Parts: sequence; structure tokens; C-alpha cells
Amino acid sequence: MIGTIAAGLAGGVLAGVLGVGGGILFVPALVVFMNLSQHHAEATSLLAIIPVALVGAYRQDRYGNVRRGDAVLLGFLSIAGGIAGVALANALSGAVLRDSFAALMVLVAGQLLRKARREPAQAHKRRERML
Amino acid sequence: MAAERALSRARSLKLTAIGTAAGLFSGLFGVGGGTVVVPLLVLWLAYDERVATGTSLAAIVFIAGFAAATQGLYGNVNLRDAALVGGPAVVGVVLGAALQQRLRSRAISVLFALALVASAVELVLK
Repeated sequence: MIGTIAAGLAGGVLAGVLGVGGGILFVPALVVFMNLSQHHAEATSLLAIIPVALVGAYRQDRYGNVRRGDAVLLGFLSIAGGIAGVALANALSGAVLRDSFAALMVLVAGQLLRKARREPAQAHKRRERML
Repeated sequence: MAAERALSRARSLKLTAIGTAAGLFSGLFGVGGGTVVVPLLVLWLAYDERVATGTSLAAIVFIAGFAAATQGLYGNVNLRDAALVGGPAVVGVVLGAALQQRLRSRAISVLFALALVASAVELVLK
């Protein structure tokens, strides 16, 4: 349970920094610490993401970083893909879904490392550049 | 005028493609879809990275909302565990958004990359 709470906190930080929902950490935490099946963990993660993204978007909006029209549009344009994705997930076995998810985690890790290479070493340098 | 219309049609097509891809990812993996939304907004629609991050978070409210509702129909959603992981995560996202404005996000990125690979191994071995 402590592991789940810690993973929740870490997933939230990741969400704020990267603009993702944090599900990439919620799902494995729910499987490993709460013993949910891969299917239940994914579905439960989706629900946990909603308040995280809501609060994160609110904060980012105050920094002027949200294009609201595009965000709403993207959300509604995702419905068909979302239904197809959920149907596909429920058609797959837990083992296949789990291994695909692990592969996704490694991909996201690679994405993070590439981002780290692009970033300047310190954020205040970036701020100076913006001024 | 015709050029303008063609431009806005190209933009709509790109937004549709990004939304559909994000929905697929979200539904299939139980994530928000930000992993595809952020890079595609930067790459296809010339978004600044921070604006892509913020816009992605706002879009995820809807993307995850629709996918969660669909999963709910399958009876797969566990409310108590969602609160257990989502509650601390709300605290985390406030920290993360502040960190993004101030701290060295390079170190954070490397740290999370390592955490992800470790969790992936744990998930598969479990």
C-alpha cells in the first residue's frame, strides 16, 4: 500500500513535468503492489489519471501553457480510438497485455533519455534564454 | 482563402490523427496518451514543448475520461485503488508542474527513465 502511494506521488510528478497522465507508473504499481490483474490495473489507472490531469492542466493554464480549444478538440477526437483501444485490451490475454505494457515502459524511458539529452543542464539557463 | 482552408483542413486532419492515436494508446494501455500527444504536437503542429505539455494534460482529462467510462462498462474499474493511487498523484502533479518551471528537469528525466526500466522488469518477472 505504501508502494502504491509512493508510485502515485511519483506518477504525479512525472505528469506535471512531462504532460502525461502518470498511468505509465500507476499501472505497474497497481499490478505489483495491489495485486490487480493487468486489465483491472489499466482500467483503474484511467480513473486515477483524471484528477491528476485536471489539476496539472489547471496549474499549466495559469502559466499560460494550455491551448484550450485544441485540448478539448483532441479529447473528443480520441473517442473512437479510445473505444477501439479498450476493446482490443479486453480481447488480449493478461500476459500479452502485460508484456506489451512493459515494452511501452521501455519506449517511454528512451523518450525521457532523449529529452534529457536535449535539455540544458540547468533550468535557469533556459529561463534566461526565454527572456 | 482556398489556401487558408487547405491549411485548416490539414490541421484538422493532424488533430484527428493525434486524437485517435492518443485514444488507442489510452484505451489499450490505461495511460493518458500524453506519450504520443506531446511529441506529435511539437512535431506536426509546431507547438512549443511547454505548451504541448500543458495542452496534453488538458486533453488527457477528456481522453482518460472517455476511456475510463468505456472500461467501466466492462466492469474493470476499481474505485478504491483508483483513489489510493490518484490521491497522492494529485499532490505529485502540483510538485511536478512547479519543478518544471524551476528545477533541473534533466536529472528528473534520467531518474524516471531508470525507474521505468526497473518497473518494467519487475512487472514482467512478477
